[in-house]
Amino acid sequence: MFALKTIVLKWLFLTISPCDAAEPWQLGSQDAATPIMQGIIDLHHDIFFFLILILVFVLWILVRALWHFHYKENAIPQRIVHGTTIEILRTIFPSLISMFIAIPSFALLYSMDEVVVDPAITIKAIGHQWYRTYEYSDYNSSDEQSLTFDSYMIPEEDLELGQSRLLEVDNRVVVPAKTHLRIIVTSADVPHSWAVPSSGVKCDAVPGRLNQISILVQREGVYYGQCSEICGTNHAFTPIVVEAVPRKDYGSRVSNQLIPQTGEA
Amino acid sequence: MEDEIELKTAPADFRFPTTNQTRHCFTRYIEFHRCTTAKGEDSSDCERFAKYYRALCPGEWVDKWNEQRETGTFPGPL
Repeated sequence: MFALKTIVLKWLFLTISPCDAAEPWQLGSQDAATPIMQGIIDLHHDIFFFLILILVFVLWILVRALWHFHYKENAIPQRIVHGTTIEILRTIFPSLISMFIAIPSFALLYSMDEVVVDPAITIKAIGHQWYRTYEYSDYNSSDEQSLTFDSYMIPEEDLELGQSRLLEVDNRVVVPAKTHLRIIVTSADVPHSWAVPSSGVKCDAVPGRLNQISILVQREGVYYGQCSEICGTNHAFTPIVVEAVPRKDYGSRVSNQLIPQTGEA
Repeated sequence: MEDEIELKTAPADFRFPTTNQTRHCFTRYIEFHRCTTAKGEDSSDCERFAKYYRALCPGEWVDKWNEQRETGTFPGPL
């Protein structure tokens, strides 16, 4: 009975737990958490279809040519110079394939740039060597930030069972799910890059520049990413963890962090 | 403090449609200070601009600009 329950639970875990962090030997993308990432995955599937088509065709022609026109089988080479029909076909077909690839690609590209709705929240992600600072400044009434915290990687010796090596941080970025967010990415020293693959986000953090990205996280969960621009010796040890909570819980999560801040201020 | 926090922030400004929002932050900061110069330090009309620049600009930038304003070296059309 217990064995049966274990098997059922294991099966459920393996089938319904989404991939929001890098897995060992992973081949495909992480599961999408935003419409942008879903669009990227769908575009990948569209292109992959044509890719396989072209691959099979080219390999077939190549193998056929090598097999049938081996010098032992066919000693006299042909001297074909023209072939109008085939030349027209081999120009038209690739152009058509390029067009079929370009249409979904441009559709995604331009829709990613469109800012349709005003964001509900602005979060600033500031890269440092070698940690991140997050500022939530929508709520303060003076120039003092209401919520600023640093996010350091948890070193391997401090990890608990079940946590991911090189991916966990002490303070996660808490965001409300199903809400339009504006993330402003910048750096305080050298270039970094703020990347969260399951949200389809990778944005360079350049000192002196504020880069804006709009995301809408569609499901609750914890999403992992890593710094994606070489920034010094601990570049591999500055991960990013975004935790999307239900919108109604977001208020209390932020207040809980606000109260210690304003208590000190 | 436990009430629903109203989720509101600086709106998307069509003057700055691209990814680079550096000028957006700078412009909001300048707008706030021009507003206070025109309408007085404690005018509530200017509070809107204050919220916008605080939402967009990193704290360090705001602190640096405040210092520059105090020493008279702020490089902008206040």
